[in-house]
Amino acid sequence: MLLEVRDLHVEFHTRDGVVKAVNGVNYSVAEGETLAVLGESGSGKSVTAQAVMGILDMPPGKIAGGEILFKDRDLLKMKKEERRKIRGQEMAMIFQDALSSLNPVLTVGEQLGEMYVVHRGMSRKDAKAKAVELMDRVRIPAARERVGNYPHQFSGGMRQRIMIAMALALEPSLIIADEPTTALDVTVQAQVMDLLAELQRELNMGLILITHDLGVVADVADKIAVMYAGRIVETSPVHDIYKAPAHPYTKGLLASIPRLDQKGQELYAIKGLPPNLLHIPPGCAFNPRCPMAQDVCRTDVPPLYDVAEHRQSACHFWKETLDAR
Amino acid sequence: MPEQTPDEAISAAGAGAPTDLALAEGDSLEKAPGGPDGTGPDTKPQSLWSDAWRDLRRNPVFIISALIILFLVVISIWPQLIASGDPLDCDLGKAQEGSQSGHPFGYDGQGCDVYTRVVYGARNSVTVGICSTIGVALIGSVLGALAGFFGGWWDAVLSRLTDIFFGIPVVLGGLVFLSVVTSSTVWPVIGFIVLLGWPQIARIARGSVITAKHNDYVQAARALGASNGRMMLRHIAPNAVAPVIVVATIALGTYISLEATLSFLGVGLKPPAVSWGIDISAASQYIRNAPHMLLWPAGALAVTVLAFIMLGDAVRDALDPKLR
Repeated sequence: MLLEVRDLHVEFHTRDGVVKAVNGVNYSVAEGETLAVLGESGSGKSVTAQAVMGILDMPPGKIAGGEILFKDRDLLKMKKEERRKIRGQEMAMIFQDALSSLNPVLTVGEQLGEMYVVHRGMSRKDAKAKAVELMDRVRIPAARERVGNYPHQFSGGMRQRIMIAMALALEPSLIIADEPTTALDVTVQAQVMDLLAELQRELNMGLILITHDLGVVADVADKIAVMYAGRIVETSPVHDIYKAPAHPYTKGLLASIPRLDQKGQELYAIKGLPPNLLHIPPGCAFNPRCPMAQDVCRTDVPPLYDVAEHRQSACHFWKETLDAR
Repeated sequence: MPEQTPDEAISAAGAGAPTDLALAEGDSLEKAPGGPDGTGPDTKPQSLWSDAWRDLRRNPVFIISALIILFLVVISIWPQLIASGDPLDCDLGKAQEGSQSGHPFGYDGQGCDVYTRVVYGARNSVTVGICSTIGVALIGSVLGALAGFFGGWWDAVLSRLTDIFFGIPVVLGGLVFLSVVTSSTVWPVIGFIVLLGWPQIARIARGSVITAKHNDYVQAARALGASNGRMMLRHIAPNAVAPVIVVATIALGTYISLEATLSFLGVGLKPPAVSWGIDISAASQYIRNAPHMLLWPAGALAVTVLAFIMLGDAVRDALDPKLR
């Protein structure tokens, strides 16, 4: 297994108390596999990713427990310097907003080339040639002319391609894409997603795709992990989850996708708000919003039940959920 | 696979790139920020600095102040260019005499030529201004940037330290610190200004580094394996340096007037050094009988300080897009 996150706990110590952002997350990604991590804002999906990358702001963040195994080595036990060398070379991250994730005072060529200068010790000139090559690879037209341009001179889609190029520069074995298409408009989203999926196949990388867009997921992911209040509530191979969700939260998410054949009807929304992570409700964190909640949900935290092969659900009533399509 | 193999791609880029890149660079140099006609849509790279430079060149305040400063710097280095006399060659018999042929500004209380002394006085003022600013900017921005970047106890210590320095009244501090110094060179004065001036820049640098370090691209650089040093020098510093430059430029003017103030009080530069502050001090008793002795050095001082402050203003306008 390329990456295995085991029982990860992340807390933020704030003035108001301890915010439990991640509470025992488990997931794994193999080479060439795409894992989609789904969830609302504040469900802990980005924080988990930052913990894996080792770019969590500490303090206030604190990894309170768990293991992150990357190629069978525990990242959390590594020295800082060792981890830094892994970042960029072995694992890389693509951020949501490419404009703010690129340095405004450096040309894109300098920023792309920097990867080679820092990690491979190349000369500036060679690095610039590599930058052009990378830009070609992510299909930026006229790469040779545009290598000296600044980030603000590119369109949103092109900027995201540059971000992808930067992440891929050293051909890492794991890429974490944190909502890579959220800031783009719909037509460009598809292009960027296709590009990312294609490059992933080509380089046989593991990809963790963090998103709240179920539409994006269906096309590219192999398996899905749905997060709620810092926990994984359902994991499943991608197609099964669309056919029959095994957790009421997943069901709610799927029901709230706008559909062409429901024109004129009111759009379904999960009632209520995501929980305040300072005071996560006792029992199942989803119980105040859950249409199926019973007394047991308010007292007992549901474990991850095995629903089928490679499928798990953290719901006491997963059978009922599965049956009640 | 429809794609090129990596090897092909490398050789293709390797063969074509260097010449093409060189061409592209030469190209952009030729077309570099074109004056007033460059208003149309352009695709050439525009960095903050080239933008700022284009702005500055169109700003009359900048042009005027830059010309004055250029003139001051030139006569500081070569005062003989416009003054043939010796500032220390005085004739008591001509004390307080007014303007006359060859001596347009008249004579001061010691019978020295006021014009020559005003010209020679520029050197010390400009030296103090520039050296103090360089010292203050270096020390202040390094300490402030470290505090902003690393935070923690180092930040706490530095912040309290700057508070302490802010509490020291400049003139009083100067009287105490400099009255024990007997040297008549500019260095004790510069040292004193740097000592009291660095906290101001440190604060600015700390603030702008804190702002810059929370930018997504710093996080992104970290995610791609950049070291602390690299993040600081390549990603944070270039994005945090503008406010430091602005404050330092404006401070330069105030350092010059501070030198004059200290010299006026008798603790800054000391005779035989030539300083506008010393001359103003000496002339102040005779303001009714011989106002020319006071007005010329005071005027020179005012123009110099004004020029540097105007320059600072123009630089701020150019570097801070929010004020446009």
